[in-house]
Amino acid sequence: MTDTVAPEQLVFIALQANSDTISIIEAIMADNPRAVLNEYPAMVKIDAPGRLVIKRETIEEALGRSYDLREIQLNLISLGGSVDESEDEFILEWKRV
Amino acid sequence: MSATEELKPVKKLNLKENYSLLTRGLGWEPTYHTKAAVYPMMAFEGIKIHDWDKWEDPFRLTMDAYWKYQGEKERKLYAIIDAFQQNNGQFQVTDARYVQALKVFINGVTELEYLSHRGFCILSREFEGVGPRIAAQMQSIDELRHAQTQIHAISQYNKYFTGMSCFPYQFDHAWYLSIPKSFFEDAVSSGPFEFITAISFAFEYVLTNLVFMPWMSGAAFNGDMATVSFGFSAQSDEARHMTLGIEVIKFLLEQDPDNLPIVQRWIDKWFWRGYRLLTLLAAMMDYMLPKRVMSWSEAWEIYFEQNGGALFVDLARYGVRMPKYWEVTVKEKGLVSHQLWSTFYQLRHAVAFPVWLPSDDEMDWMSAKYPDTFDKYFRPKYTYWKELEAAGTPYIVDTLPVLCQTCQWPTLFAEPDDPMQTCHRESVYKGETFHFCSDGCKDIFDYEPEKYVHAWMPVQQILQGNCFLPGVDPTAPDFNPLVEALKYMGIKPGIDGGDFATCQDARNWEEWTKRAASMYEAMATPPVATAAE
Repeated sequence: MTDTVAPEQLVFIALQANSDTISIIEAIMADNPRAVLNEYPAMVKIDAPGRLVIKRETIEEALGRSYDLREIQLNLISLGGSVDESEDEFILEWKRV
Repeated sequence: MSATEELKPVKKLNLKENYSLLTRGLGWEPTYHTKAAVYPMMAFEGIKIHDWDKWEDPFRLTMDAYWKYQGEKERKLYAIIDAFQQNNGQFQVTDARYVQALKVFINGVTELEYLSHRGFCILSREFEGVGPRIAAQMQSIDELRHAQTQIHAISQYNKYFTGMSCFPYQFDHAWYLSIPKSFFEDAVSSGPFEFITAISFAFEYVLTNLVFMPWMSGAAFNGDMATVSFGFSAQSDEARHMTLGIEVIKFLLEQDPDNLPIVQRWIDKWFWRGYRLLTLLAAMMDYMLPKRVMSWSEAWEIYFEQNGGALFVDLARYGVRMPKYWEVTVKEKGLVSHQLWSTFYQLRHAVAFPVWLPSDDEMDWMSAKYPDTFDKYFRPKYTYWKELEAAGTPYIVDTLPVLCQTCQWPTLFAEPDDPMQTCHRESVYKGETFHFCSDGCKDIFDYEPEKYVHAWMPVQQILQGNCFLPGVDPTAPDFNPLVEALKYMGIKPGIDGGDFATCQDARNWEEWTKRAASMYEAMATPPVATAAE
């Protein structure tokens, strides 16, 4: 019963629910098997323990066109976790203590 | 630095290089003034910064991308606002009670966006580091955009509903709007590091998710596509601002260990200030959304206890702990929305939106969402007030409330461990007694009394005779100070506040839409009778 491992804290990303984000959400869920999709009116909130990776390549495959990860700004509502962004990946994570 | 390199076709820069040139390459060392003279506010608060180049803005948004994406957001938003206006969207929301929430928004929130624009404009001059200066500059433009888009979107409602036409005047004059106003002016009048900790971290990172996620999702659920669109458009900027907030905290704490106690005190102060301000949102969520997505209590659990909790676990490695009195907010989550709505009901003649008692259906929803508090503390009160309304002797309070010197709410909150007892604290400073709604607010005053003794307290100002329009004669035989004070505040009796059932918006709504002004009640006036107007 002595649980010495700190539970992994959730990170999250919230996106508008619209036709732009259908493929993006699909790609995020495919790349993050532990992520949980919460649907609310007009928006979704994706929670994941510890880390969430958004990959340009997967989104491009789902969208069928090239995609600049900064485009996510258009439909982003909120996020939780530290952000690390490059051309290829947008990562949200809480660094392990 | 690279001026001597010969010109040749260069490879396309990657994102990090591009951003680095913008935020490092554009800075310069002053030569004919000292840095301290160019950036005089950097030493004001005792914060120690050794190396501004350690600043990392994780979004790495360059100017070209900023304008490109902001322009695209605007085009999307205005397409929706146009469609909303062309299709009479103002009459397609759930009912006329929902519209009252927009009055609170335009009168009490939109001005905060504008104050935030000004605050970040100041920061974009005061910060010594180029990275944070550019981030502050972008945010300043964002905040101006938020104020403008909110005004544009809500202007359509203003054509049909009362109480929205003089929002800047009311923001500066109405007693209960001094609560948001004083919050932001407290932040703007502090130093640059405190301002950014207050607004970007404590308010935007920790608290505004509650405004822009459950509340805006609620606006969508109630059919208001204009509001949800400006809300989400603003929030897409907000995600960047939040990231700025967390980056600021980490940067300050990594720069010097002496910064920790200063930053922790700001986190404590501004978490509490922001939390108290959000009481307004708690009442809007639980009472002013006719169709509800989640309760205030549930939203607090998700967005503060769970998501905020994760943030503070992460920050523990810097020595930062949870904000002081966070436990009180958890104890209060089943109470504050009901306490505030009860207060608004009692003072409904003195606020700029009409107020109502929740319907039986809504009270059942509240019983289900607040099983430990609603039936015990609030249902009996509402039931009694309904009986008084039915008997033609509605309950009203026509005295002025005691205001908290820090947050400026009336002292409407309960003792954290005894919901039946009003919480009231006092401090004596230079022989004068000051009143507070909570330990959190008293602590803030006690640390900086010289700042808060100057607060413009509406009730005190009314009593001192400072809230009357020019030409009013207090010695006239029929002089009524409360009536005159409401005129000064831009609140028109019989139009702006009072009982929802008989207000102008409710009557117009039923006449124009042939639907009940409250989706939970029958039409108050048969269509024939409204023709008398």
